[in-house]
Amino acid sequence: MSAVIENHHDEHDHGPAKGITRWLYTTNHKDIGTLYLWFSFAMFLIGGAMAMVIRAELFQPGMQIVEPEFYNQMITLHGLIMIFGGVMPAFVGLANWLVPMMIGAPDMALPRMNNLSFWILPFAFFILLSSLFMEGGAPNFGWTFYAPLSTTYAPPSVTFFIFSVHIMGASSIMGAINVVVTIMNMRAPGVTLMKMPLFVWSWLITAYLLIAVMPVLAGAVTMMLMDIHFGTSFFNAAGGGDPVLFQHIFWFFGHPEVYIMILPAFGIVSHIIETFSRKQLFGYSSMVWAMLSIAILSFVVWAHHMFTVGLPLAAEIFFMWATMLIAVPTGVKVFNWVATMFRGSLTFETPMLFAVAFVVLFTIGGLSGLMLAIVPADFQYHDTYFVVAHFHYVLVPGAIFSIMAAVYYWIPKWSGNMYDERLGKLHFWLSFVGVNVTFFPQHFIGLAGMPRRYPDYALIFADWNMVSSVGAFLFGFSQLLFLFIVIKTVMGGKKATDQVWEGAKGLEWTVASPAPYHTFSTPPKID
Amino acid sequence: MSGGSYYVPDQSRFPIFMALSLFLLVMGASSTINNLDDPASNSVYILYFGFACLFLTMFFWFRQVIKEHLAGLDSNQLKQSYVYGMAWFIFSEVMFFAAFFGALFYVRALAVPWLAGEGSKGAAITAIELWPAFESSWPVMTTPDQGNEFDLAKKSMAWPGWSKALQWLPMWNTIVLLSSSWTVHLAHLGLKKGNRRKFNVYLGITVFLALIFVGLQALEYYEAYAHYGLKLNSGIYGSTFFMLTGFHGFHVMMGGFMLAIMLARSVFAGHFEQHDHFGFEAASWYWHFVDVVWLMLFIFVYIL
Repeated sequence: MSAVIENHHDEHDHGPAKGITRWLYTTNHKDIGTLYLWFSFAMFLIGGAMAMVIRAELFQPGMQIVEPEFYNQMITLHGLIMIFGGVMPAFVGLANWLVPMMIGAPDMALPRMNNLSFWILPFAFFILLSSLFMEGGAPNFGWTFYAPLSTTYAPPSVTFFIFSVHIMGASSIMGAINVVVTIMNMRAPGVTLMKMPLFVWSWLITAYLLIAVMPVLAGAVTMMLMDIHFGTSFFNAAGGGDPVLFQHIFWFFGHPEVYIMILPAFGIVSHIIETFSRKQLFGYSSMVWAMLSIAILSFVVWAHHMFTVGLPLAAEIFFMWATMLIAVPTGVKVFNWVATMFRGSLTFETPMLFAVAFVVLFTIGGLSGLMLAIVPADFQYHDTYFVVAHFHYVLVPGAIFSIMAAVYYWIPKWSGNMYDERLGKLHFWLSFVGVNVTFFPQHFIGLAGMPRRYPDYALIFADWNMVSSVGAFLFGFSQLLFLFIVIKTVMGGKKATDQVWEGAKGLEWTVASPAPYHTFSTPPKID
Repeated sequence: MSGGSYYVPDQSRFPIFMALSLFLLVMGASSTINNLDDPASNSVYILYFGFACLFLTMFFWFRQVIKEHLAGLDSNQLKQSYVYGMAWFIFSEVMFFAAFFGALFYVRALAVPWLAGEGSKGAAITAIELWPAFESSWPVMTTPDQGNEFDLAKKSMAWPGWSKALQWLPMWNTIVLLSSSWTVHLAHLGLKKGNRRKFNVYLGITVFLALIFVGLQALEYYEAYAHYGLKLNSGIYGSTFFMLTGFHGFHVMMGGFMLAIMLARSVFAGHFEQHDHFGFEAASWYWHFVDVVWLMLFIFVYIL
């Protein structure tokens, strides 16, 4: 056929291309994983800078630094950027790096589409961030973009927001399809489903959730677009629609989305705790079943975000009990992590510190979630800082700590160099203290009744807000140390061995450090 | 999970060009929509340009994939990746339609009756006496504000009764689309038996039926706007009707376009073998999916 194609095929085993085109045109899962991880780090810093603006404004009561309109844009973009630009791409980056190596595959199943999934993201976030400079400012309706705030009362930039969500969704769906197909079709002979590493399992379930709910989000923003510009009345009661319909559709997407951001963390933490306990993971199959149960339940709990909106009583009771049911499989997982550590030969390198902190602090976030699930109690907590404290506990020391743990755990495999253990531990303790000082006081001010999403507050909340802001600055600036550690490790350092960690198990530890550009071009033998 | 080497393509320019095209497309679309009232706006050309780039990138990308396939680079394992990939893509499309069907069910079963004061929630809503004259029905031909902000329709698209069933366009649309699902299946059977002529003829008929369907749908929209006064801004019935049938119609066009490409590949390039024709199979799956969505529409939007 064509000589061009055959030539390409012959070059196939060579290393990476030179220059910028390596990154622009790449089809290599390791390159694309790296791109995703750096992109998410950049978004983490941008979204973090916005959080710093928010906490600076809240340092004292009264209007201090920014206008209320700009404050609203900051909370909206902070949420959107951290979720869609920070946490999700970081997990996709980890999936890209690790899933093919863990199952003994030569690459992702559809390598060119993999590159497309990544390169949509910088464009999508360019559009979202450029809305800051548009007439009327950036989206200002909160990351949940409830109608009619996001329809009737939205700034003109909402149209750009809608289309940027559309292409982000397309990126997520393609990325998720790639992961599912890779896991279903590319496992080396002998890697049966119940022998798959838990990170792979967690991503199989996450990808399924993504494919199921990202299209629903696309539907929600499409209805918004039509309501705003083309006269439909999906979310307009005057025309026979219902603004509450928006909340139903949004949270049908939004609740599985929450688990999309935590299931891969469960996988990561299981690996790290197993390694540094130097024992076999306790209850592998119950871990799998717990994740499956959580994923299935995630489709029938969405209305617990809407208890105060005026749901029929039967719906409130159903969603309350369904939500509480999720505590059971989650409890199984926490039990298994603790049981794995029980009588293990524990050491506390940086990844293990982050993983243990994850177990403790994520559980705090889970328990406050259980409190929020109780309908009568939620009437008091709803839209207060208690909710803010709850979801930041599951997302920051939950999802983000697991991502940092994963970076410390696998970066010797990626770069071939050990990170600086002393600096890593320093980073951990600064983050650990910072995150708790930031978010724990928010439980108190929330229970005392401080509403979320306001740039000003009553004087009685002043002390704890100041404490929270100090913690936020500590946590925020500590992340520059993380950036420094990562760059230092990539540039050089003590050479890592192939196995890296004494207790590490799995296929990715059998290849050289740094991992060669192409691994497992022919499938390995697994018994 | 066969052993041996899986074809991992080398560097490719297509993905980043496609991302760039999408960027142009959505920037153009957003600015065009934001400037609909401004006749001097040129944003629509960005939209056209983005669309043209997307189309060209997809053309060359698919051409490359077909070339690689003909060069024998695809192992069975890679073909299996395409099979799974297409299946999951169709699942994502199902969920997209689920959002709109969910909206339809919600307004029919809950929102509209509540607005008219039914049940304890409805009593709470009518207690504020915002729209006391509104009564619940489906298809709902008025709006709670009695057409203040909206153009009320005179007539709905609902089932006209057995006596007029044959003058009712959706009935013909159903017949056309169901037949096309059957003809695409016959084409597939022909191909599996190695009968190229049967494949081409039935695939040609399918594409023709797809065109008929789109034509009838256009006629129906014309009738709705010109004679029934039923528009996108006729309240929630018009909203759900046009969004559900509109997205379905758009998917019919995409599916018909895919099948037309497959027909062209078969007629002009002699592509597809008896046991090796996933390109066609993927398009035909998509076609059956579009057909099932229509059946749901026929039942829940038109009949019930």
